[in-house]
Amino acid sequence: MTDAVQVNGAVSRITVMREIGRHLEPFRVGDRPITGMTVISKDLTVDSLAVMDMVLELEDRFDVAIPMNVIAEIQTVDQLADTVLTLSARR
Amino acid sequence: MGLFDRHAGLVDIYRDIRSTGIDPFQIRMERVLSPTEAIINGRKTLLVGTNNYFGLTFDPSCMEAAIEAIRAEGTGTTGSRIANGSYSEHVALEEEIADFYGKKHCMVFTTGYQANLGVISTLVGAEDFLLIDADSHASIYDACKMTQAEVVRFKHNDPSSLEARLRRLGDKPGNRLAVLEGIYSMLGDSAPLKEFVEVCKRYKAYVLVDEAHSMGALGEHGRGLCEKAGVLDDCHFIIGTFSKTLGAIGGYCVSDEPDFEVLRVATRSYMFTASLPPSIVASVRQALRIVRARPELRTKLWDNVATLYDGLAAQGFKLGPEHGPVVGVHLPDRMTAIGFWRALLEAGVYVNVAVPPATPNGVSLLRCSLCAAHTCEQLEHMIEVMTGIGRQMGVIAAAPRLRAVGARI
Repeated sequence: MTDAVQVNGAVSRITVMREIGRHLEPFRVGDRPITGMTVISKDLTVDSLAVMDMVLELEDRFDVAIPMNVIAEIQTVDQLADTVLTLSARR
Repeated sequence: MGLFDRHAGLVDIYRDIRSTGIDPFQIRMERVLSPTEAIINGRKTLLVGTNNYFGLTFDPSCMEAAIEAIRAEGTGTTGSRIANGSYSEHVALEEEIADFYGKKHCMVFTTGYQANLGVISTLVGAEDFLLIDADSHASIYDACKMTQAEVVRFKHNDPSSLEARLRRLGDKPGNRLAVLEGIYSMLGDSAPLKEFVEVCKRYKAYVLVDEAHSMGALGEHGRGLCEKAGVLDDCHFIIGTFSKTLGAIGGYCVSDEPDFEVLRVATRSYMFTASLPPSIVASVRQALRIVRARPELRTKLWDNVATLYDGLAAQGFKLGPEHGPVVGVHLPDRMTAIGFWRALLEAGVYVNVAVPPATPNGVSLLRCSLCAAHTCEQLEHMIEVMTGIGRQMGVIAAAPRLRAVGARI
């Protein structure tokens, strides 16, 4: 997994979005694509435990720590990507 | 939006389950006959799902102790130990549990759930970090909701996943508390505790181990996984319950931390609920004496584990990863699990059925728990019954198998 597009050591948004999309793909409803606006708990069939499991993977993939209380406030795919990017940049 | 609308998803799932004609979550034990048998639906039924690991619920000496305590001190304490005071027996029980572990301090709680909830949420606060296993018990997750600490989840039974998370916290101030379980209640697997403790030492994290399902079952003296792994002195807090091996109800926490006793006036689940009734305290004290005096019960329990686990594995059932007093049987989906469970009950065998969202990774399980009082014949009969149902439902191969080679696993 070294395909991350990195600029000055930073992770690109595209990479993060692609990774999130890959994890959420199994929970898509019909033909509706996953976009930044997708509300994770409402527009998909994913439950809260599976969301937390996805976060475990994202944490390891991007070497960030996303506490559970932060996860609880994330609603959309965009917000999740922003969280990962912000935490990643802070490192 | 109505009050109950938020539970609409659960209502649907529950309706599906009940459409099978029987509700696994409202089973009525018409009469409990012994640690291993009860009358259910008018039929004598073998119990293999009650966490009654040593079978002490009907031990004559424990029952006598409880009856005597009721005669001497009444049926209940009618209040918390903070308000109504402690009975001498509460204090004696705490001393005996502390002595059992060789720890300085012990607090007892009215349930194991309250012990986890109260201790974990009180130990950490704002700016601290609570690190929990992904498959933690509900009482641990609920404790997370009651603390201001940041909660970080690591992969189940994976010390390297915990290490990565401790490393990412870097030099942020604040205490780190890692919470682990001796035996996980759904699949019966144990934490690699020695490795976890090493990681925690390296990052100066406190270690709390919940031995609810391992007290009595593991360790040379039955002290649990901490004893078996040789890390009793490295575990800062050990939590356990009276409702499994000890056959009653209640919880405890032991520790050598010098200021531990302050928890008595800081832990809300200890301060604001009625204390254990005298009868429970008396039977638990007697049960603890039995755990210390009769190691053969532990041997018998593990013999029974081997009989059931190896017997089911040989028939091709997909089981939890290792021998344990809990044997989880994987089934492909929720409705198959419910159907299998129902067929098993109708054949006179009671186990638990565990389905999402109560299970890790969305798995559907028949959850069996062994008892030292089970006979070999009872378990062999159960394996035979399960094999019949499993073949009929297409869960295992129809043809007799000589040896499980993992082809279907």
